[in-house]
Amino acid sequence: MGRDRPALRAAPGTRPPVPQPTPAARLRAFSSGLPAAAASVCVVSFFAVFFAWPVAGVIAEGLGSAGIGPVADLLASPAVRSVVWFTFWQAAASTALTVLAGMPGAWATARLGFRGRRAVRALVTVPFVLPTVVVAAAFESLFDRFGVADGDGLRLRHTAWAILIAHVFFNYAVVVRIVGAHWAGLDARMEDQARVLGAGWLRVFGSVTLPRLVPSVVAASAIVFLFSFTSFGVVLVLGGPGRATVETEIYRYALVRLDLTAAAALAGVQLAAVIALVGISTFLERSRSRPEPVQPIGAVRRSAFGPAANLAVMAVLLGLPLAVLVERSLSTGGGYSLRNYGALLERVNLLPDTAAAALGNSLMFAAAAAAIAVAVGGSAALMAVGGRAGRLGRLTDAGLTLPLGVSAVTVGLGILLVLDRPPLDLRTSVAIVPIAHAVVGIPFVVRTVVPMLRAINPRAREAAAVLGARPGRVRREIDLRVASRGLAVGAAFAFAVSLGEFGATSFVPRRPETLTAPLALFRLLGTPGTALRGQAMALAVVLMALTAAVVFVVDLVGDARDGAI
Amino acid sequence: MHSRSGLTDTGRRGARIGRLRLTAAIAALALIAAACAADDPPSVEGTTVTLLTHDSFALSPETLEAFTAQTGVAVEQLAVGDAGQLVAEAVLTAGSPLGDVLFGIDNTFLQRGLDADIFEPYRSPGLDDVPEQFRLDPEHRVTPIDYGDVCLNYWTDALQGAPPADLDDLTSPEFAGRLVVQSPETSSPGLAFLLATIARYGDGWEDYWAALRANGVAVTAGWEDAYYGEFTAGGGDRPIVVSYASSPPAEVIFADPPVDAPPTGVVTDGCYRQIEFAGVLAGAANPAGARALIDFMLTPAFQNDVPLNMFVFPVAAAATLPAVFVEHAAVADDPLMIDPATVEANRDEWTDRWVEIVLR
Repeated sequence: MGRDRPALRAAPGTRPPVPQPTPAARLRAFSSGLPAAAASVCVVSFFAVFFAWPVAGVIAEGLGSAGIGPVADLLASPAVRSVVWFTFWQAAASTALTVLAGMPGAWATARLGFRGRRAVRALVTVPFVLPTVVVAAAFESLFDRFGVADGDGLRLRHTAWAILIAHVFFNYAVVVRIVGAHWAGLDARMEDQARVLGAGWLRVFGSVTLPRLVPSVVAASAIVFLFSFTSFGVVLVLGGPGRATVETEIYRYALVRLDLTAAAALAGVQLAAVIALVGISTFLERSRSRPEPVQPIGAVRRSAFGPAANLAVMAVLLGLPLAVLVERSLSTGGGYSLRNYGALLERVNLLPDTAAAALGNSLMFAAAAAAIAVAVGGSAALMAVGGRAGRLGRLTDAGLTLPLGVSAVTVGLGILLVLDRPPLDLRTSVAIVPIAHAVVGIPFVVRTVVPMLRAINPRAREAAAVLGARPGRVRREIDLRVASRGLAVGAAFAFAVSLGEFGATSFVPRRPETLTAPLALFRLLGTPGTALRGQAMALAVVLMALTAAVVFVVDLVGDARDGAI
Repeated sequence: MHSRSGLTDTGRRGARIGRLRLTAAIAALALIAAACAADDPPSVEGTTVTLLTHDSFALSPETLEAFTAQTGVAVEQLAVGDAGQLVAEAVLTAGSPLGDVLFGIDNTFLQRGLDADIFEPYRSPGLDDVPEQFRLDPEHRVTPIDYGDVCLNYWTDALQGAPPADLDDLTSPEFAGRLVVQSPETSSPGLAFLLATIARYGDGWEDYWAALRANGVAVTAGWEDAYYGEFTAGGGDRPIVVSYASSPPAEVIFADPPVDAPPTGVVTDGCYRQIEFAGVLAGAANPAGARALIDFMLTPAFQNDVPLNMFVFPVAAAATLPAVFVEHAAVADDPLMIDPATVEANRDEWTDRWVEIVLR
């Protein structure tokens, strides 16, 4: 396994392993530099306009008039410190649990040649799009059914445990998909060699596989941590109304108390923490990544044991709540029927349009958001690993991850404050919906693709260049080919992020014609009536099915372009 | 309130507001001049008015079409969050408003909007038909449109015909562990119920809540997780919930299978009255269209359409209620209210105390 490493691996903490271009390559790079430069400008301006400027606007507005005194007092108060502490530890614990739970799943989808692998990968993404209120209700009814309701000794409702379990439920897919995509691209012959030399599976995993997986494990952990760090509904609904995190406090100060100074101070704390975390994780990712041999992908294996137990537990944890939703969507007055699904085609008084139309809107926005995320995130990933990008590339790499960890309240109010004048009078434009969703989807693309691009052996690019390929062609034939699986994973997540209405759009006024499925679902659940509740459940199930179907197809395309299957 | 000064003191915003005021003044002069030149008021025909509402706003599609047919003014709708979020965002964007008319500010957040000067006064002629009790702003910066009562609801079967008669009953052993409420920090009915107890018990409200806590009250963040989580309706084991006097009609209209009578009842004591207002936003691009829309909101076409879409009651005396409302909606005995300025001055302190008493 050492053959490819020493010559190319940089010492930790230095530049990533990038070969110095030859003069001829430099010349070619210069001639093809213009489109790349244009792409860089697009990436940076997108990030600046739709994230950095709004966030800076809110923080400046809130802190502008207040002196440093009141802000320091607030941040030093015991209440705020305990909120910050709880936010950190629940996010760290959620991340650790999710990674532990997700690794066997990543292994299974990457290395086992079972039928329906793609279907499993699609199904694990489903929880991601479900609204918290719906999931919470499903969890609670499960607690009831299995006798872990209040007073039976084991009480989960409104505890920190409920928050952790829900975070594993929602984020399991992040680890499975991101680590799995990376894992599938690793050369399995290294493990074979170790095994031939007598190492047991644990040893093989610990000293051969895991070290090579570090970049994607770090990337997935960073995403899970940031999502848990900023989770809102889970904390309030499952954790209970007395629980507070930095995110819920920013919401409370900004929108309930109208105390923008306190909200901005907390947003500043959140931003600083997220910048530090993203800095550390992208540094770890970069310094621990090393190119793989040029020949990709070993044979897939068919034997499995050990992790099977974990997979069974996860199937129950993910499957049962979903099954509860399906059961509820089918139950109509005493029996079972498809009536709730039929009702999605008719408009109820509370909604401006039918639920089916809302689903159509959701799909259109999600497709647009995924396209933006792939274009911007893919360009950013190339910038981040490209030899000429240097510091700007690394900043972009880290910067584009920040939106995952910054409050949707901050970004949403920022959009309202700064994007109010032509040519960027976008506050109430239809376009702001997919754009705001894409801002959250882009980090998925970047964080999935970058480790895969870094794993490309530069010799492959050199060989292609020597054989006469122009830089554009090298990118197409080597970088894009290798990254296509990652792009598919990133696109699938960006799609799911949009279907689930993540991000700032909850804080930006919406036109009735942009009604989406989650918004329709909230309205149906916001009024009493068994029929409305049944329709909401049916809508959730259709949302689940659509997510699974789209992720499946996107995966199919990604795998086909990968050429490895 | 340093928060509000924080919103207006920074240079950029201040300057913009200044510019807008100047522009508004010039525009007003121009309008007056135009009005003097011609005898007719300026025509609004062919213009578009933007209506900013909370997420629960809903009407039959024909209703706003009728407005457009009558006046020639097209309506664009924008909706965001709940009433509290709507007002917060309107205050944050004061001077550069998101729309022309804001609908959905209620008496629990009214003063916040008035203090921030987000409305331009306008007295609609339709107000003559609105009972005095709904007109909370003598300066007519906002116009009352509808109202609803936040009341305790109960699951009739679970209580076997013995619901609580009043707020006092909830602290008795008979109802121990049976009530679920929403946090006033995150829920509009939750805040209304807290205000109801303050209006009823005065300084004794803290003791009342301590007694409720001792009696096992459950608290959720929002209405959904109370009604569909802890309350009997969603399979929970608590038969009493804070909801609306108009919840039972919804249980009938949206029942599956259809029912003749709702499974829930309303405790008509201790209800808090929420009145929803509309106002012309200061700096509106189309103030004349905005005033026309507010006029329309008090006409029967709009008022009669409100109950079955938003499950609230129209304020106009001439409005008629649908039969299902007359039959199943409860009417609060003596609804409680606290004057908006008092609410605004104390809201944060009250909710802080409530959190300490009930959740800590």
